[in-house]
Amino acid sequence: MTRYLVHRLGQNLILLWLVSVIAFTVLHLAPGGPLAQFALVPGLTQADLARIAHQMGLDRSLPVQYWEWFRRMLVGDWGRSYRDTQPVLLVIGSHLFATLELMVSSTIIAVLLGTWVGVLGAIRRYSLFDYLATVGAMIALSIPTFWFGLVVIYIFSVKLAWLPAGNLYTVGDGSFLDFAHHLIAPSLVLALVTVAIWSRYMRSSMLEVINQDYIRTARAKGLRERSVLIDHAFRNALLPMITIAGLQLPTLLSGALVTETVFTWPGMGRLFLDSIGYRDYPMVMGVLMFSAVLVLLGNLMADLLYAASDPRIRLD
Amino acid sequence: MGRDRLCLPGFGRNSTDPFGASPYLSRRAVMSLSLGAGAAGLLGRRAWAQAAGGAPPSKPTGQVVIGLSQEPTVFHPLMIAIEVDQGVWWSLYNPLWGVDPDGNFTPQLASEVPSLENGGISADGLMWRIKLRGDVKWHDGAPFTADDVKFSLELNNNPNFRAGRRTGHELIRDVKVVSPTEITWRMERPYAPYMSILAWTFMVPQHLLANASDPNTTPFNNAPVGTGPFRWGERQSGDHITLLANPNYFGKGPYLERATYKYIPDLTVLFTQFRTGDIDYIGIQGITPDHYNEAKGLADRVVSPIAQAFVESITMNLGRPVFQDRAVREALYYAMDKKSIIDEIYYGLPKPTDSYLPKQSWAYNPNLPVQDYNPDKSKQILDAAGWKPGAGGVREKNGLRLEFTNSTTAGNHVREQAQQLLQQNWRDIGAAMTIKNMPAAVIWGDYFSMSKYDSVMVGEDFLVGPDPDVAYYFDSNNVPAKGGAGNNTMQYANPEVDKLLQEGASTPDQAKRKAIYQQVQTIIRNDLPILPIFQYTTVEGTKAKLKGYRPNINTQTNCWNVNEWYWAT
Repeated sequence: MTRYLVHRLGQNLILLWLVSVIAFTVLHLAPGGPLAQFALVPGLTQADLARIAHQMGLDRSLPVQYWEWFRRMLVGDWGRSYRDTQPVLLVIGSHLFATLELMVSSTIIAVLLGTWVGVLGAIRRYSLFDYLATVGAMIALSIPTFWFGLVVIYIFSVKLAWLPAGNLYTVGDGSFLDFAHHLIAPSLVLALVTVAIWSRYMRSSMLEVINQDYIRTARAKGLRERSVLIDHAFRNALLPMITIAGLQLPTLLSGALVTETVFTWPGMGRLFLDSIGYRDYPMVMGVLMFSAVLVLLGNLMADLLYAASDPRIRLD
Repeated sequence: MGRDRLCLPGFGRNSTDPFGASPYLSRRAVMSLSLGAGAAGLLGRRAWAQAAGGAPPSKPTGQVVIGLSQEPTVFHPLMIAIEVDQGVWWSLYNPLWGVDPDGNFTPQLASEVPSLENGGISADGLMWRIKLRGDVKWHDGAPFTADDVKFSLELNNNPNFRAGRRTGHELIRDVKVVSPTEITWRMERPYAPYMSILAWTFMVPQHLLANASDPNTTPFNNAPVGTGPFRWGERQSGDHITLLANPNYFGKGPYLERATYKYIPDLTVLFTQFRTGDIDYIGIQGITPDHYNEAKGLADRVVSPIAQAFVESITMNLGRPVFQDRAVREALYYAMDKKSIIDEIYYGLPKPTDSYLPKQSWAYNPNLPVQDYNPDKSKQILDAAGWKPGAGGVREKNGLRLEFTNSTTAGNHVREQAQQLLQQNWRDIGAAMTIKNMPAAVIWGDYFSMSKYDSVMVGEDFLVGPDPDVAYYFDSNNVPAKGGAGNNTMQYANPEVDKLLQEGASTPDQAKRKAIYQQVQTIIRNDLPILPIFQYTTVEGTKAKLKGYRPNINTQTNCWNVNEWYWAT
């Protein structure tokens, strides 16, 4: 087990390094740069821009710039955002809360609802409910989140005035109820897609288990159907979901770009988008590395959990 | 997981942004969403004047939420930044003097605006003497003195400091603090636009910044201390900034307890929040033209087009042989159907212009010949100049075909439509224009600045601050492709214009300068290095009860006077 862990962590470190090289290269290959936004600002001359590029070290060769970034990274210095000169980790931290709030609440909704729909659909396969759930999931997956978000805002905020039209909280309020009120629409909109996905996974996982021999055995030995489904089928059907949950972890912290944009939610997705738009290199690299670490950790955790919960799997 | 996350970055924004404006190239984004109008802007101002009424409260009351589609992130007012940042600076800091909507300088930290008459500026324009107010305190309680002014002016020239602008500042020498309320300096050479530059130069506190090891990354950047009507409250990165009333402000107001600058990147969402009342003012990119009619019908809102200093034009690279013939430029201008561009593509609101200066500038020349859409005249000019119809209906002269490319930001659908219209206009007279659009970061990089284009469709503000000096754009010494420092990417060269511009910049007398700049406009209108189409406006809106809002074309944002805003009771 320890050997396995050391091995995996070593692999992950090499992967992280590769990710950083690729990300850095691709980022700098993209046209424009951090100063492109100033190109037509009145009164700023080409000479001004050249001077600032030099001051920021943007005129050095790519390997030199990468080495500078990497060297600092090794001692835990993630650099500073080009835009507001704040340390990268601090900026990431300030966006994490909004993202966590949104993602955790929508995931809870999605898991509970998705599991229920999936299990029920599997048990009553080809029933009216199953058909409705399947069609519903397809529709939910096909609706553009952006459009759906705007429709929700239009109906519930503009027309009915039941819910706020986005934002994390009301400026000047910020009480718990205010936060909760603002959370309803975005978390439901975001959950819509995730419910669909979870229910589909759950349904197929459940179907697979139901057709296993041990379920027939359980029925044969006279267990009540409820006990068969919950104690035997459901618990086993949940196993593959651990992997999916593990893969979900990075998503939880890296945010939902579109939902965050529609509901003006200052989370990680928007941070990433803005940082790319402004070619804020240290910030983009920071967010990418942060996400990469989460992906690798999520995978590792999923594997470990899987081994712990499924006696058939041993990690060596 | 989920599709939400799998979308390409930028999807969300572009999908609702009707013109596909680039999210990060601030002014171009503004350009693409603006309407363009000179007189309309004035009308807009009048509408607000009528809406004003009631008296401001005796002490700061209530809050305002300012909705912006760009995020202010630079709070050190001397660092490189975009216009949205200046909106916050006007609330946190003061320059020595400001500039009002009519272009008058009004004293802020200086007790009077220096002039030839009051001896603040010597007759040769070289010696400057500024008298300062003695009753101003920084937000942390320290007194504001001439030392702060000296520090601020010199910081711009600090080689390690990422100063936004050096123009003008690099000319000052021998800065002397005469007393806490008086400062003098000498200019290396007379430079009249420096008055305007100083009206955008905000003073920073020496006592907090002088000892920084790296002037670019001080704690001050994110906990700024100024002298302005509002002091720093809090910032939620990526979302909003809240400023709090400065009860000890030396000037007018503030009448609001809190001013919040709320960042809403998507323009449709921004407008929706204006409609639901979550934001009280919608500015910078404002309301998109397709929402204008709907916005006008909203209850309890005041919505108007506001003039901008930007002029939309076809800018030509005069280094290209085809554009070196003035007859070609003139013929293209005669064949340009401005009215259709404005009416059919820009919702009929912009007013055409023949100058590079906004109509509100004190140096604007109202007597320029007005362009007339006249394809027949255009053809006559080309015929007379020896451009004869050749293969495919494209004119030729000495083997040179009258064909060229035109570029603008790819995805900017409004401009793309205007390009197609012009393409048709010019095809009719035998000129072949090929559209060659590129992503913003590509076109406005070296391609534009190093004159690698044939022609571009672009909106530019040619002024230095609110000053009509356009040397950076039209002086032949300022061609970047030839090693110049400025923005003359057209490679325009006219010795007479060079001479006039140098004269204009070194003459302190405004009446003389006005005559000079009007003449420059006449020459440029005749030479046509750019084919001006219209002056931009954006549609901005406020809640009807919000008073004190006054658009100001002489600042970069209309949040220049939040200290005068208040809620009618």
